[in-house]
Amino acid sequence: MRELTYAQAGVEAVAEEMRVDPRIFYMSTDPIMPLVKEFGDKRVRATPIAEAALTGISIGAAGSGYRPIMDWRQVTFSFVAMDQIVNQAAKIHYMFGGQRTFPILYRANVGGGTRLAAQHCQCPYSMFMNLSGLKMFLPSTPYDLKGLLKTAIRDNNPVISFESNRLLTTKGPVPEEDYTIPLGVADIKRKGTDVTIVAIAWLVHEALAAAEELAKSGISVEVIDPRTLVPLDVETIRASVRKTGRLVVADEAGPTAGFSAEVAAVATEDPETFARMKSPVRRVCALNVPIPYSPPLEDHVFPDRKRIMAGIRDVLEGARSVRGG
Amino acid sequence: MNLSPDKQREMLRQMLTIRHFEERASADYHAGKIYGVVHCYIGEEAVAVGVCSALETGDQIISTHRGHGHCIAKGADLNRMMAELYGRQGGYCKGKGGSMHIADFGIGMLGANGIVAGGISIVTGAGLAAQMDGNGRVAVSFFGDGASNAGPFHECLNIAATWKLPMIYVCENNMYAAQTAAAATHAMPDVAGRAAGYGIPGVVVDGNDIFGVYQAAARAVARARAGEGPTLIECKTYRWRAHTERAGQPDFRTAEEIEAWKTKDPIARLSGQLIAQGSMSEADLKALDQEALASIAASVAFAEASPFPTPEQALEDMYAA
Ligand SMILES: Cc1ncc(C[n+]2csc(CCOP(=O)(O)OP(=O)(O)O)c2C)c(N)n1
Ligand SMILES: [Mg+2]
Repeated sequence: MRELTYAQAGVEAVAEEMRVDPRIFYMSTDPIMPLVKEFGDKRVRATPIAEAALTGISIGAAGSGYRPIMDWRQVTFSFVAMDQIVNQAAKIHYMFGGQRTFPILYRANVGGGTRLAAQHCQCPYSMFMNLSGLKMFLPSTPYDLKGLLKTAIRDNNPVISFESNRLLTTKGPVPEEDYTIPLGVADIKRKGTDVTIVAIAWLVHEALAAAEELAKSGISVEVIDPRTLVPLDVETIRASVRKTGRLVVADEAGPTAGFSAEVAAVATEDPETFARMKSPVRRVCALNVPIPYSPPLEDHVFPDRKRIMAGIRDVLEGARSVRGG
Repeated sequence: MNLSPDKQREMLRQMLTIRHFEERASADYHAGKIYGVVHCYIGEEAVAVGVCSALETGDQIISTHRGHGHCIAKGADLNRMMAELYGRQGGYCKGKGGSMHIADFGIGMLGANGIVAGGISIVTGAGLAAQMDGNGRVAVSFFGDGASNAGPFHECLNIAATWKLPMIYVCENNMYAAQTAAAATHAMPDVAGRAAGYGIPGVVVDGNDIFGVYQAAARAVARARAGEGPTLIECKTYRWRAHTERAGQPDFRTAEEIEAWKTKDPIARLSGQLIAQGSMSEADLKALDQEALASIAASVAFAEASPFPTPEQALEDMYAA
């Protein structure tokens, strides 16, 4: 099968959808040139650097029959638009009693590994998960990104596509044929029987590497990529943990009130799953600090395959969960 | 300005309706039948009605926390408005919104908004949609003097001016943002003066003179429909009541100031003009007033007859299909 980078898969998803639906238009502070070339500067708009206004403009255009895509670029730039995200986009459908639909796609890059320091990389998706009214995903492969983006563009709600900085240039198979991936469906990236590891984005690849390594010593690891953060595929996670009896969660964000905490909670609060658990949940997360610049600092902050392996060994030994790295 | 007598009478009817709606909302709020908070527009009616009278079906507006006037001026259904204040199933938002969140997308009323300046960019998006549709529709953002100091105002004026969006930005300068005088928060007394910074027309009008408001709006609408871009209109006006109906809130405005503005009542001004020019008699005025009152009484009856939502309905309307 043909291979595309993660970034190319994203552009292709947008372009394919724009070709079939003239109501889709794209706004970002610096436009993606191939899209401008194909669709013109009215449908792919270079905007003033005014993310707050543009986030709201997307809402108004969506309520008026369009299907805007607004690219925040780094997720940190979305923070100037918090009112429009939290108070308006997330609430407008519910608060007005479902009068109108607001099909909006917001795109945001997340995660470290770029040496861009605290204000240009972050993994704040759990902040957004905490809002009611937004759907969101964070894919780990070009294939998943393309399929989820296409679904999101066709969805009639505001959806956030979190896209991993570390994965932008990684390649993967993407079929030429049209396909979509439904929101809320996890993907079992590797089957196993001893430990379940739930990971997202770049850490899916680290978890797969850890699983491969541990297989050599006879440890069978199941790697689950939820792909969608809201709605979360709770059942797939629980079913896996009921089978393996052990759960490790790997996240590029800090543990506090994070994605990892949510996964741990949905697994353990289910009596049937909890009853089959042989050890406490182990979270393998980033340290709770703003992302530092210097390579030894940044690399220390994020978990990797080594820490994932250590986490897996912990749950296999039934060791007490230790927070952080 | 060629406003037919019927249109002028209709403008007066709408202003009277806003006034009576809010007098009733205020009374029912204090009687415990309406919850949370109610912000009254009384004294400012000429702004909403003057501007909306210059609009056509298909044009869109967005409102603020002080939104009843804009709803009524855009033609919202009083019954569903009152039922929303009463928190009932029959309300515009099925009881999920309340006074600060009434919307009627069907008539182009994109919602009251509880966040100061929160609606400005949303309605600018409606303006962008109108431009892309190329159908000659316009969009109007109502907002206060307080909101004019918030970021979205500036971001949106720049975008609308740059893209020549069919927008009319209407600042309702009632001289106060909650308890704070505009003089203490604005470096320039006229918000309209800021238009120069964006290269668009900025006009100051007497917000209690409905014909002045109408004229300024009509000009701005014509400019927007012609593809020439946005206009900033500042309407100088005054709210008669406290910032909200909640008890125990300070109001630092002097009694003299409030009384002085009451003598500039936009409703008395319009009805006086209509009577003076012979297009209406005292009896006509009384009949119109009764008509407005009756519509409010009917809306209360509708609201009271509408059931409260069931608790489980809290989970409805989360996502669109
Ligand atoms: C972002 C935000 N900050 C503060 C408030 C609280 N608040 C509600 S109305 C208001 C004053 C708004 O003044 P203005 O824009 O002049 O409108 P007016 O009430 O005079 O109509 C304030 C501070 C709010 N709702 N939103
Ligand atoms: Mg004010």
